[in-house]
Amino acid sequence: MSAVFEVANLKRSFGGLVVTNDVSLSMAPGDRIALIGPNGAGKTTFVNLVTGNLPPSSGEVRLGGETVTRIDAIGRVRRGLVRSFQVTRLFQDMTPAEHVGLAVLQRDGRAGRLFGSFLNMPEVMAEVSELLEKLGLAELAHRKVREIAYGQQRLLEIAVALALKPKVLLLDEPAAGVPQSDTGRIEQALADLPPDLAVLMIEHDMDLVFRFAKRVIVLAAGTIIFDGLPADVTKDARVREAYLGNYANASHVA
Amino acid sequence: MTLAVNTQTILGRPRGGSFRRDLMGVAVIAVFAAAGYILFPDNLALLTRILSVALLVLALDLVTGYCGVATLGHAAFFGSGAYAAGILSAHYGINDPLLMTLGGIVAGAVAGLLCAVIMLRAHGLPQLVLSIALIYLFHELANKASSWTGGSDGLSGIMPDPVFGLYEFDLFGHTAYFFGVALLLIAFVLLRLVVRSPFGMLCRGIKEDPLRIRAMGASPNAALAKMYVISGAVAGTGGALSAISTQVVALDALSFTQSAEALVMLVLGGTGSLFGALAGTLIFMLFEDYVSAANPFHWLTMVGALLIAVVLFAPKGIYGTAAAYFTRRGEANR
Ligand SMILES: Nc1ncnc2c1ncn2[C@@H]1O[C@H](COP(=O)(O)OP(=O)(O)OP(=O)(O)O)[C@@H](O)[C@H]1O
Ligand SMILES: [Mg+2]
Repeated sequence: MSAVFEVANLKRSFGGLVVTNDVSLSMAPGDRIALIGPNGAGKTTFVNLVTGNLPPSSGEVRLGGETVTRIDAIGRVRRGLVRSFQVTRLFQDMTPAEHVGLAVLQRDGRAGRLFGSFLNMPEVMAEVSELLEKLGLAELAHRKVREIAYGQQRLLEIAVALALKPKVLLLDEPAAGVPQSDTGRIEQALADLPPDLAVLMIEHDMDLVFRFAKRVIVLAAGTIIFDGLPADVTKDARVREAYLGNYANASHVA
Repeated sequence: MTLAVNTQTILGRPRGGSFRRDLMGVAVIAVFAAAGYILFPDNLALLTRILSVALLVLALDLVTGYCGVATLGHAAFFGSGAYAAGILSAHYGINDPLLMTLGGIVAGAVAGLLCAVIMLRAHGLPQLVLSIALIYLFHELANKASSWTGGSDGLSGIMPDPVFGLYEFDLFGHTAYFFGVALLLIAFVLLRLVVRSPFGMLCRGIKEDPLRIRAMGASPNAALAKMYVISGAVAGTGGALSAISTQVVALDALSFTQSAEALVMLVLGGTGSLFGALAGTLIFMLFEDYVSAANPFHWLTMVGALLIAVVLFAPKGIYGTAAAYFTRRGEANR
């Protein structure tokens, strides 16, 4: 299938530290990719670079065939490249319904309307309740975000991203900070993502990675050291070495 | 089989009908306005001045309270509105108070856009400094363009016609007062709509996390610029009211002091709520008037003490703290 998202020879360093070193990859609709790597490998930086939140030193980003390297972060979102954050970034005083409603309105170019309320817009509310329902957040629709559990906030992050109807979705550790016992709901949400959406997920939880991904990319010290099938990743000598260098044991990848 | 379900019933509705609160707001303003008229018939000039400054503080609340942009230059829009309305009358013979008000609205909005273009290039402290620089520039411009503005002598020769050709601006200030109350009520209702609209929601998001808003594909600066235009228009209305009711415009309509006082009033009442802005203005200006008459030597000390007390003990402002208290009480009694 043709690529919706391509990254070519992306480079970035902070001072002398090379954090992204000649990274290239391409994604097709329906892809389920896990991007893994030790702490500080440059995974979040990669997301910041391709989404336009951080300028690369060199390299190119293409979205649906269009080169977007010079287009700002907002323009890339509008072209269908959406991300979530490693630490949730939600509006504490707003409700889940408001978050999703705002995302839907924004996607449709109506977030600048000066009158009315989305609560009275049936088409918007239909989408809001469908999404919240799907992610099990309907009960909390009108609570303030500060009052809901972190695991549910993580689900809301996904709901907001989906409300933007992305073509490419980059999830930065969607289960980070959620107790193991509560990751089931998130995993379900990941399994229910639209089939034609291209998804790249950064994740440390290897169980989650193996159940989700059809392809695994390993980043170490800013370089892609593995790009292939999940079944092969644990056998790869360089991957084992990268993790061994950082962790006392290799059981994380095993 | 799938059932056709009304989605509204699935999610329910948030608590608290907003329309009822709008009506209550209008009623409260009307009651206060009537009480002022009955209790202080000899002091309508002060009350009208409170109305015009309230429009300035409401305008400030839009960018500071709702969008999180701190500024010490908001009187630039108030002053622009005042001079526009005044110049229309004094130099062009356009004396219809509605047209003069419209002139004030447009001038305030244009000044708002102009300042937004400059201020939104910076954030935080540099942004605050830019706002101060801008108010000084506006002030100096008005001072230098004395053939238009009267410079430091003030702009006089403003002679508004009767409202609708019927109600003459009388010496006692009755007409000016009712004109001001009408302007404030209209502004209040429109702003209630704006802060509840999708745009208002967008601005709340920007205040909390502009980067998150960008990740949703919206431009914080575009939204803030729009809010500046709206805010400028509201402040300009206040300026126009001041020009029409006092029939002079002095340079301090466009001053740093006026800007800073507006911010003080807003913080006193409570940021991020229209009632907070109104309450702050009313309390500050009545207090100022009362204390400065009772004790002309120490009134500034007392204003300072009041401010310190509010900031330390009621950081949400007088209205904000009271509202939070009653909400908690209400929930406890449920
Ligand atoms: N703005 C910055 N300035 C300087 N160094 C930075 C900056 N952002 C990231 N780094 C460094 O770049 C490296 C990669 O960071 P990054 O956050 O991309 O890692 P990561 O793979 O996402 O790690 P984690 O698994 O812990 O989330 C780290 O060494 C980090 O300290
Ligand atoms: Mg990271």
